Amino acid sequence: MDFVDYYKVLGVDKNATESNIKSAYRKLARKLHPDLNPNDKDAHKKFQQVNEANEVLSDPEKRKKYDKYGAEWKHGDEYEKTRQTKQQSQYGGGQGFDGGGDFSDFFSSMFGGQEGGRSQPKYRGQDYNAELRLNLTDAYNTHQQTLTVNGKNVRITIPAGVEDGQVIKLKGYGAQGMNGGPAGDLFITFVIAVHPVYRRLGSDLYTNADIDLYTAVLGGETTLETLSGKIKMKVSQETQNGTKTRLKGKGFPVYKQDGLFGDLYVTYNIKMPTNLTEVQKELFKQLAQS
Amino acid sequence: MLNDELILAETFCTHYSVNFSFVQTLHQMGLVELTAVNQQPYIPYDQLQKLEQLLRLHVDLDINPEGVDVVCNLLDKMKLMQSEIQLLKSRLLLYEG
Repeated sequence: MDFVDYYKVLGVDKNATESNIKSAYRKLARKLHPDLNPNDKDAHKKFQQVNEANEVLSDPEKRKKYDKYGAEWKHGDEYEKTRQTKQQSQYGGGQGFDGGGDFSDFFSSMFGGQEGGRSQPKYRGQDYNAELRLNLTDAYNTHQQTLTVNGKNVRITIPAGVEDGQVIKLKGYGAQGMNGGPAGDLFITFVIAVHPVYRRLGSDLYTNADIDLYTAVLGGETTLETLSGKIKMKVSQETQNGTKTRLKGKGFPVYKQDGLFGDLYVTYNIKMPTNLTEVQKELFKQLAQS
Repeated sequence: MLNDELILAETFCTHYSVNFSFVQTLHQMGLVELTAVNQQPYIPYDQLQKLEQLLRLHVDLDINPEGVDVVCNLLDKMKLMQSEIQLLKSRLLLYEG
């Protein structure tokens, strides 16, 4: 991972006092804290960086090492460790700066926890937010889906009728807690793609149906492809273009209410005949004059 | 309510190294519910997440209970407005789609 300038992250200079650092951290935390920015991934990411920067710069021991090695702190630390091992000295400070893992893995989930000799409050792990994309036909039926969250497979049942933007909580699938605190939760937001034929509003569906002029004038039947199969619809005589008709119970399933469906609203779009023969044109003329 | 749905407030405060007076203040401000059993204050389990969020705001951001109350009210408003926007977007799609 690229080197991150902690001073730059907190917006302070290298000579900043402990109080300057604390104040800069508080200011940024008030802006970027995950509790104040729900579902804002960008803010969450920035907050993690700010927290990392604060973890290091607010601890004199860690700050000293960071200042010493700068951009090469990770390698410098490894070098130092090797050198010290060779000298068989017993270096006691800066736990965790052993260069064993990836840069950002060193500092796990934060939420204001503190390391070192001070008291260590137990904190619940950070909540994770994820998006699950479904299409409208997926959301029409109750189905199971397996997700991989932090290497763990989670099988969830998605009830029919789930809404776009709806959030469900999976308890304990968030980040590990700090200092023995409980794990956070995983919040899954459903994102339902726009359907090319159906528009959804709550549990009602809206669509358009083309009918020919003759059916519109004389009445008849038309077949409509719905999410649950084909249905036949009666068309009344003299149906006007844009007429809206409601098919009760043919809409979308109501969330967690088995057997209950919304309505389907169909707007008729009357198609004018094209490529008329001379005879047909004559007949239309007669109609126009009658 | 069953006892296993309640957490002794003292246990919570020890776990999070927080003074009980903070929880009590939040309760007095109507931000969290507390239940008394045998004259001991308990936290209903369903209040735990809310209480943890308030605690994070207090500890991480150094916000006093009154400030926490303001933040929570604004967050609630924001959530309501976001769901309204979502609904309006869906309605708009009916006309624009």
